[in-house]
Amino acid sequence: MREIYLDNNATTKVDELVFEEMRPYFCELYGNPSSMHFFGGQVQRKLDEARNRVAALLGALPEEIIFTSCGTESDNAAIRSALEVFPEKRHIITTRVEHPAVLTLCRNLSKRGYRVTEIAVDGEGRLDLDELRSAVDDDTAIVSIMYANNETGVVFPIEEIGGIVKQKGALFHTDAVQAVGKIPMDMKNSTVDLLSLSGHKLHAPKGIGALYLRKGVPFRPFLVGGHQEKNRRAGTENSASIIALGKACELAMQSMDDENTRVKALRDRLEKEILAAVPNVRVNGGKTERLPNTLSVAFEFVEGEAILLLLNEKGVCASSGSACTSGSLEPSHVLRAMGVPFTCAHGSIRFSLSRFNTDDDVNLIVRELPPIIHRLREMSPFGREVLAAN
Amino acid sequence: MWDYTDKVREHFLNPRNVGEIKDADAVGEVGSLACGDALKLYLKLDEGKERIVDAKFQTFGCASAIASSSALTEMIKGKTLDEALGISNQDIAEFLGGLPEEKMHCSVMGQEALEVAIAKYKGAAVPVHGHDHEHVEMEGEVVCKCFGITDQFLKKVIASNKLHTAEQVTHFTKAGGGCGGCIPRIKELIAEVMGDQPKEEHKKPAKLTNLRKMQLIQDVLEKEVRPLLWADGGDLELIDINGNTVQIAFRKACAGCVSSGHTAKFVEQKLREYVADDLMVEEVEG
Repeated sequence: MREIYLDNNATTKVDELVFEEMRPYFCELYGNPSSMHFFGGQVQRKLDEARNRVAALLGALPEEIIFTSCGTESDNAAIRSALEVFPEKRHIITTRVEHPAVLTLCRNLSKRGYRVTEIAVDGEGRLDLDELRSAVDDDTAIVSIMYANNETGVVFPIEEIGGIVKQKGALFHTDAVQAVGKIPMDMKNSTVDLLSLSGHKLHAPKGIGALYLRKGVPFRPFLVGGHQEKNRRAGTENSASIIALGKACELAMQSMDDENTRVKALRDRLEKEILAAVPNVRVNGGKTERLPNTLSVAFEFVEGEAILLLLNEKGVCASSGSACTSGSLEPSHVLRAMGVPFTCAHGSIRFSLSRFNTDDDVNLIVRELPPIIHRLREMSPFGREVLAAN
Repeated sequence: MWDYTDKVREHFLNPRNVGEIKDADAVGEVGSLACGDALKLYLKLDEGKERIVDAKFQTFGCASAIASSSALTEMIKGKTLDEALGISNQDIAEFLGGLPEEKMHCSVMGQEALEVAIAKYKGAAVPVHGHDHEHVEMEGEVVCKCFGITDQFLKKVIASNKLHTAEQVTHFTKAGGGCGGCIPRIKELIAEVMGDQPKEEHKKPAKLTNLRKMQLIQDVLEKEVRPLLWADGGDLELIDINGNTVQIAFRKACAGCVSSGHTAKFVEQKLREYVADDLMVEEVEG
């Protein structure tokens, strides 16, 4: 069975061109880029090229890029650095819909005596900027707010947020793991001080990430040891993956238009046809600016895990905001923060596309999904009035 | 992805006995939309009103909830009401070749629905659990406010499944899986129920050198005690270990807290449980 992969916010396929680019750096060109000999030195040149490519995608300077092992490491490094740089400041601001990479860290820090403010969102997933305005003060060391939400695709007004943050002199970090490659960025004209990105969300392998650190912003390394990354991240460079990330960023730049036109059109058609075919459905964050590839759709009176496993039988890979898929008992913190009603929070499914999706993929889902929802609703003790009415 | 058995998968994909029985003799309904799963069970009895001749279900929930419902209906058909009441949630899980522990609450929900249906049919008091939407008079104290689960129901599940940790109780009943505010109370209930029964002892080393004992004490304080104090904004510091006396000083919210005496007792209890029975905790200024 062919897999129909619409779970690209979880992870993406490594682009074959990316894989070709990294392949020689395992068995042939395996030298250490820090070595004095040419064998290692030639790898250093490829790393420089990769750094240039990542910087180009962000509109940043090459020396502003620090390679890390993943998005989570970049997030941790950014926030912990700010706290070390400003030891007298004890306040952190983030949001209630942040990825666990940031939220769990902040909650742990709150147990260690830091004051943490989690900014709320409205029913469409929009951030309460007034709450942010009144929360940020002279005690705030860092504000960490995601660029785009991984579950709903809702995009936050990053520059407007940055303007608010800068008035009080706090550092501004954004977890842009879902946004890089989908939203054009220009760090030269930005209020962002630190930005996290992750390779495996943009067709590079897992286990590679980067942290953008604005030139002049003070920084304390998360990993200490050797002199790599200009003493900002110790540890022998993951050369093959860094080279892969560079290539992936170059390709992302080339396919940004495709993401925002063809892929967006596929997403829009998927959304429209699901809404037309299935009653009692709502789109989470549907009235807000969203990533072009993400659709979070909530089906009333059915449970997400059951939908996913039946989709799985048809080869469709998606994910869910349901409690049952994660082993927790409450629906995702994002949907709860948005106040998605309980009648459908458990039945939320996320489809996230990439440039590798086709019309056929959308056709298959539009064909297979409505009978699945119908079948589960027939089985459910709730919502029978809905079925009867339709 | 959940590691479901083939039998769970098969019962999920091809559930038996889905639907309703219009002239059912007994109906039991548990769970709710808010909880994320719910089961409505219909029973049809023979003429003597003794034996279950047909059973059907409607379920809102995940794959294991649907599979558990399907399994339950298959298991009770042909049984007398008394025989059916003898089915435990473990029996349902076993029928399916096992369930992931996080999903055991699905089997509990099946057993609960059966009990409610039969009790209602017999006109007996509906067994106390929490989250049904029949609005029956609930007896007992509501422990978990997020999922509306009572102490009596929790005690029953703790005893019949021999649960030892709050995490297990959450997996089996959902209690404690929301805000987590009731976890201390769940721990008390476990102590109350399992205290009467032989419980699995933490493997305490029989004989400890002084060095090992000190390491173990530090370890238990770090892993078992301090995280619980942090949750309430408190903390403690190990000051000294003198023979069997462990000297601690409370910090942050615990310092000067009126119930720090209780907290000291709690620390002592933990240390005795994990390290050695003769340890004493002394609160000192430090």
